[in-house]
Amino acid sequence: MSQEVENIQPSYPLFRTDEYKENLANKRAMYEERHPQDQIDEVFQWTTTQEYQELNFQREAITVNPAKACQPLGAVLCALGFEKTMPYVHGSQGCVAYFRTYFNRHFKEPISCVSDSMTEDAAVFGGQKNMFAGLENAKALYKPTMIAVSTTCMAEVIGDDLNAFINNAKKEGHIDQDYPVPFAHTPSFVGSHTTGWDNMFEGIARYFTLNYMEGKEVGSNGKINFVPGFETYLGNFRVIHRMMKEMGVDYTLLSDPTEVLDTPADGHFNMYAGGTTIDEVKDAPNAITTVLLQPWQLEKTKKFVEATWKQDVPKLNIPMGLEWTDQLLMKISELTGKPIPKSLEVERGRLVDMMTDSHAWLHGKKFALYGDADFALGMTKFLLEMGAEVTDVLVNHANKRWKKACEEVLKASPYGQSATVHIGKDLWHFRSLMFTNKPDFMIGNSYGKFIQRDTVYKGDEFEVPLIRIGFPIFDRHHLHRMTTLGYEGAMYMLTTLVNALLEQLDKETRGMGTTDYNYDLIR
Amino acid sequence: MAKLRQCAIYGKGGIGKSTTTQNLVAGLAELGKKVMIVGCDPKADSTRLILHAKAQNSIMQMAADAGSVEDLELEDVLKVGYRDIKCVESGGPEPGVGCAGRGVITAINFLEEEGAYDENLDFVFYDVLGDVVCGGFAMPIRENKAQEIYIVCSGEMMAMYAANNIAKGIVKYANSGGVRLAGLICNSRNTAREDELIMELARRLGTHMIHFVPRDNVVQRAEIRRMTVIEYEPAAKQAQEYRDLANKIINNTQLVIPTPITMDELEDLLMEFGVMEEVDESIVGQTAAAEATA
Repeated sequence: MSQEVENIQPSYPLFRTDEYKENLANKRAMYEERHPQDQIDEVFQWTTTQEYQELNFQREAITVNPAKACQPLGAVLCALGFEKTMPYVHGSQGCVAYFRTYFNRHFKEPISCVSDSMTEDAAVFGGQKNMFAGLENAKALYKPTMIAVSTTCMAEVIGDDLNAFINNAKKEGHIDQDYPVPFAHTPSFVGSHTTGWDNMFEGIARYFTLNYMEGKEVGSNGKINFVPGFETYLGNFRVIHRMMKEMGVDYTLLSDPTEVLDTPADGHFNMYAGGTTIDEVKDAPNAITTVLLQPWQLEKTKKFVEATWKQDVPKLNIPMGLEWTDQLLMKISELTGKPIPKSLEVERGRLVDMMTDSHAWLHGKKFALYGDADFALGMTKFLLEMGAEVTDVLVNHANKRWKKACEEVLKASPYGQSATVHIGKDLWHFRSLMFTNKPDFMIGNSYGKFIQRDTVYKGDEFEVPLIRIGFPIFDRHHLHRMTTLGYEGAMYMLTTLVNALLEQLDKETRGMGTTDYNYDLIR
Repeated sequence: MAKLRQCAIYGKGGIGKSTTTQNLVAGLAELGKKVMIVGCDPKADSTRLILHAKAQNSIMQMAADAGSVEDLELEDVLKVGYRDIKCVESGGPEPGVGCAGRGVITAINFLEEEGAYDENLDFVFYDVLGDVVCGGFAMPIRENKAQEIYIVCSGEMMAMYAANNIAKGIVKYANSGGVRLAGLICNSRNTAREDELIMELARRLGTHMIHFVPRDNVVQRAEIRRMTVIEYEPAAKQAQEYRDLANKIINNTQLVIPTPITMDELEDLLMEFGVMEEVDESIVGQTAAAEATA
């Protein structure tokens, strides 16, 4: 049972040795009070039926794997996108440990984020003392130029007033009067990670512009602002930079964590890297307009931009796929008067070429997907552009207006006619759909792998393979560096989809002498 | 020794819970009972008559000063006053910040962990903030805490509303545990037929009026000196009233799951006793101007 130093094995394959097999079987037999296997299988089979799905969709009391995260997680990501900014969460320590590890596991990077560690006495007396010490310490230790404060449930339940606490901290000299501490209330028990991102962004915009609008004039700096929303594909920030540079458009990406979430291993730990500067935020009201890259999750930001910055926010969808990227670029061209350059035209042409190359394979294949509202809408649109059939779109945090918008997109295509849009539903609902509707693939984050395992257990012919596009992706490396927006993003998604399909086809056709007549060298 | 009896005193804010509790506890002490008072109110004024103090240092205040509750010891928070009555105050935040309910929970947990409920005690009395605004203020009646609830009330309308609401609260806990309503204590406001009214209310709630405490200025005179009547003027008639109450509580065996009444029933009762006038439905929602023209 002991391991050899020269050959340390992980649980797999170690637990497949006879010694461990016997040990585990004994444990199961003697201590686990396990139900008989045939009974487990009977229940399992029942959970794959239409009858079970109907009961599942009547479920009221519990949520099983909600396909969303909580508000402060989004607030932290938003804050990471600003230059030398320390995300600061007012509340309990464990929450912040969760945010750090969640991003660690996705980005494979250290995530700097502090908590003011509210404990029992803070729950009773309010967290003002924690805020005083926390701001002072965070500034002294980590020397940020901005501290962006959000909150956890604990602070929200007892009603801590961030505005008052931060002002008092300044009044009492814990930090300087003019030290920037924007804030947002982000109760975890309402909304989701995208709401938290939106709230934090609005908090930052408010802090630096609300009382400084005098002398600001829409269009005076000739720039376009881009607000990404909760965006975890680093390539999506980079592709906006590249496309705007190629167009010769002056722009500001408001919240850009690409550097800090992708630091090189050069022997130094970089707590801060890159990011939008405070001056850029202050100058944002002077821009021609502000483009919301994920408009469905940026409601509060939109209101603020329209009411305070007095900018007309263009009605655009997330620039995913061919048509919606076209619309973004044409709108930018219209707003700035700059033509779309040859390089982007060529890039578009290449995408169209790729789409036609792979079209024959993707046509008519069935996909189900889940994720954030804007992502799911954009992915739906792109699948339809490829002639792929969409069976189910599931978004937990989306509202009814989004559902209607998604249904409009589906209705407009012959490939979306049999699709169903689900809001407020979770991944256990989605699991039922994978058995009853049996799409060819599902698209989503890493959590889908357990659904895939379950479908395989029913039998190989029932398997619904998972294609990993979304957040979080914990079990594959470096996918967060890829791109899903723009023509470049469409190329990545297309490559991922078609190759997943061809992998699956190879898997199904490699039976020696049975199915290998179609195990082709050329696909 | 007899089993420790834990009692909680609830009632509308300002009804005289703290005064009644301390006088009654003084009466119990006089009879040789070992008693502890646990103040569950951020105002921390549940023990001043026993300790002759303005306001006792509370558990939560000292915890905040020391850093955390773990830094406190029982001796820091437990004070001994008149006739060895033990006193603690949970304390809590200033109005408008933090969470006072959580403070009660923290304080009672601390007392349990530190062994404040020692085996020589006969009674523990929880004096709870008037309005049971959240789960924290129901802490004293959770499992293994107070089993006997006394409601202080008077013949005033709002006091009786509150008593009925508290009875509703008790039902929630009574069905799953051992908490019981032990009686109403009428702290008289000298309204007409007050004793009959409270006895009737008690009957409808399925309990009894355990004692009628008449109004007497000696209570105020004693309070000014931060003393209970029993200590200040043992021979006063009012002192005897509190002794009677103490005796009745010692001998009380009538512990019930209350049967709270509906708003309509309560209003009928109030009308029956002339506390509330019959509502003229025709004037509901009429402004003064509209009435003048009518």
